Amino acid sequence: MTDSSRTGLRLSLRLSLRRAIQSGLLAGVVALSVSMIGMVELFGKRSLIVNVLTLGQVLLFAAPAAMGYLAAQGAPEERRGVSILYGLVCGLLAAIPLIVLVALANAFNLRQFFFNVSPALIETLTFGQGAVVGSLLLLGAMVGISVAAAGFYLLPSHIRRPLLIGLTGTLGIGLFSEILSGRLRDFFGAGILKFIFKSKALLPVTALVLFILIAGVSALWSKRGDRVGKRIAALPPKQQRTMRGISIGLGIILLLILPHLLGTYLSEVANNVGLYVLMGLGLNIVVGFAGLLDLGYVAFFAIGAYTTGVLTSAGELGMGMSFWAAVPFAVLAAVSAGIILGIPVLRMRGDYLAIVTMGFGEIIRILALSDLLKPVIGGAQGVLQIPKPQIGSLALIKPEQLFYVVLAGCFLAVFVSWRLREARLGRQWMAVREDEDVAEAVGINLVKTKLLAFAIGAAFSGLSGAIFASKLTSIFPHSFNLLVSINVLCLIIVGGMGSLPGVIVGAMILVGLPELLREFAEYRMLMYGALLIVMMLARPEGFWPSEIRKRELRTDQEPLLTGGGGSLAEPIG
Amino acid sequence: MLRRLRDIDYIGLVLWILRAIILVLVAWGTIAAVLDNPYTTRQWTDFLIFGIAQGSMYALIAIGYTLVYGVLLMINFAHGEFFMSGITAATMLVAIPMGASGFLDRQPVIGLLAVMVLAVAVSVAVALLTERVAYRPLRKAPRLIPLITAIGASFFWQYFFRGLFGSKVIAFPDIQVLKGSVPFLGTELLKTHLVVIVATIVMLIGLNFFIMRTKTGKAIRAVSEDKDVAALMGIDIDRAVSITFATGAAMAGVAGVLFAIVFRQVHFFMGFVPGIKAFTAAVLGGIGSVPGAAIGGLFLGIFESVGPSLFLEGLGIPAPHQLKDVIAFTMLVFVLIFRPQGILGERLSEKKA
Repeated sequence: MTDSSRTGLRLSLRLSLRRAIQSGLLAGVVALSVSMIGMVELFGKRSLIVNVLTLGQVLLFAAPAAMGYLAAQGAPEERRGVSILYGLVCGLLAAIPLIVLVALANAFNLRQFFFNVSPALIETLTFGQGAVVGSLLLLGAMVGISVAAAGFYLLPSHIRRPLLIGLTGTLGIGLFSEILSGRLRDFFGAGILKFIFKSKALLPVTALVLFILIAGVSALWSKRGDRVGKRIAALPPKQQRTMRGISIGLGIILLLILPHLLGTYLSEVANNVGLYVLMGLGLNIVVGFAGLLDLGYVAFFAIGAYTTGVLTSAGELGMGMSFWAAVPFAVLAAVSAGIILGIPVLRMRGDYLAIVTMGFGEIIRILALSDLLKPVIGGAQGVLQIPKPQIGSLALIKPEQLFYVVLAGCFLAVFVSWRLREARLGRQWMAVREDEDVAEAVGINLVKTKLLAFAIGAAFSGLSGAIFASKLTSIFPHSFNLLVSINVLCLIIVGGMGSLPGVIVGAMILVGLPELLREFAEYRMLMYGALLIVMMLARPEGFWPSEIRKRELRTDQEPLLTGGGGSLAEPIG
Repeated sequence: MLRRLRDIDYIGLVLWILRAIILVLVAWGTIAAVLDNPYTTRQWTDFLIFGIAQGSMYALIAIGYTLVYGVLLMINFAHGEFFMSGITAATMLVAIPMGASGFLDRQPVIGLLAVMVLAVAVSVAVALLTERVAYRPLRKAPRLIPLITAIGASFFWQYFFRGLFGSKVIAFPDIQVLKGSVPFLGTELLKTHLVVIVATIVMLIGLNFFIMRTKTGKAIRAVSEDKDVAALMGIDIDRAVSITFATGAAMAGVAGVLFAIVFRQVHFFMGFVPGIKAFTAAVLGGIGSVPGAAIGGLFLGIFESVGPSLFLEGLGIPAPHQLKDVIAFTMLVFVLIFRPQGILGERLSEKKA
């Protein structure tokens, strides 16, 4: 080995050690934070594998695992074995803040300062073994996990992937075992289930079997998968088209029988997801296609809901129309509101537009709450006795039945968005999004294009609001707060701005998941916030990006990733 | 004829009509209120003083928005959380224990200083962390992206502090010395309001000194003028940006303490509405301008406190004080639409605005 390469190695070792220390400190801060804000304790109530693993433990050990893996990544190529050492360092540093917390909680009553540092939390952290033994156990567990994660990095990637998929799959099944076992019981009877689930969690043996099964299948798939893909691609185009037709048909049939597979509770969840998909598709036109950041989107949802409420309610405020007759009015009201609010903001861009629209949204909500409009829309008492939709003499009362109304709305919105995107108008929107001045210069009528975006976006939201009102049968101003707008914005960002499947994926992740994890609703917004930041840092194009957007963001990111000479580049904007 | 019709700027026309309607409504309401005059002069003065005290807090928070906007051209949506975090932590960790042991009444000055130091420290720490994690890596990204991370950071901090200190409204301990009022120009001035106004003036003078007279202040100004040239002059941009964030957060931390003294309660969600209003104040005064933020804050505070009684009641609207926030938001919307450069601000080029 030459002298210079040895110095190089020493330097890279020192740098990667520093990285390992930083990762360890970060892991410690994260683990301490999730413990102190009460997440570990609350999540600990959800058991994944009976007597072995709770969700709280997964959360607690996720940070040292991830950071141990990252620290191992920094190890220089020539000395990969050193990464185990880095895992050790990382785990040690991650455990220290928690041990300090345990010691402090043992000495003082920390609860008078920090609401969530409860005896139950300390017991979880120390595995119920008392402060000293427990701390040592905690240290051992942290170091063990971190070293294991570092060792995991040393495995070749074709082994790593299936293992990871198997682990996430098993944990996922464990997480939703209550819902899963409930549904499976309805189909297969309670007999087999005894072998898989026990009191809302997986049995350890089943968990192991599941893990091996999932990992095995995914290993097989990663080996054979591309061969299947190639074979399909080699088919003549006509056959490919038939295959695509068949799969779309199957998908539609699946959607149509979905509520019967899902049962009442999951259908309700699906309906909520559907309403957000509808809103997301609308906001996707405004933000994703036309690039107009609208934070007051909930206003149109509220207008749609209140219009339906006032027109159909059987109460004293209502006019007793039927749902189907009221929907066009609700949509129309939302569209007019979209245009009316759109006109004054036509000349604004970017963040100013965001703030103004947010202002509009808040104004509408405060007005709905105030005494000023009380005679019309009921103030804080809201509108009550809104009937459910009816077909003939059949009232759609159950969530399974309402599902079809939501589904029809979503189909309509997907179809309209898809056709518009491919149409002249869609291309005009994208031109406006890319550069307004250039778009205007090539002859695009900015006023018309932008107002159409606001109007169509508002229409979807109004439709969603109308279904929402009749689904809940009563509406109150506090259902229409800023969080709804933020929620919708988040879901299209997480899914991928401007992408139609992205909206659906985003709604499932951001609306469906929290519905299934209701007991953790307290931390929903915290995780949204963290997700938004992480998403923007790591994957700004979303989970299912549209092609154009992906290209755009990736090229924009280039100076960011390569770093050097950054300060001479164009400033933000 | 047709061509002439087509040449009219319809959007401009609509905006003009809107402007006229607002002016007529405000004027009509004011005249009606003045003729009717349901309040005594004493009540009007009280509204005014409350407005000034409230406006002082807005001014302190607004400075954070304006400083950051001046340097990064970015709306720091999470700034309201800097305001909330400091005082929430200081209340739970220092003020309540000191209140319970009676120390706060025996040594109110030292006690309040301790509260203030911790509040400022926490606010600054939160701000620096947010800047480092959520904003710095995205400085070159398209403009929407830092705005989205700012929204994310805002929710993250709200619910983080909710997790730390609970979701209940926390009572800030009473301080005996600050109870009651002092006579002032023929009316009574609450001591708490006096503290707020004096503290704000001190802070503003200090800030002015820091920005205008110190070397660091000069560096901040240089960076807000032109980042690239500043970098060429040997200024560390990252450091200047961090200091800017820290300065804004320190102001917000002090504003938080003043808020707690006046309203005697803190809550994890308390940053949202003052944050938005302070942003309104910053825009009103001309975002990017420090004196503008101060004037805008004061103006908004007075407007909001006097406005409902002055022109909403005159228009015959029931329970006008419910609509206090509507006034602030409406003002925000109209300032942004009609005069985005604010009262003192320079005209921002279209690319900036």
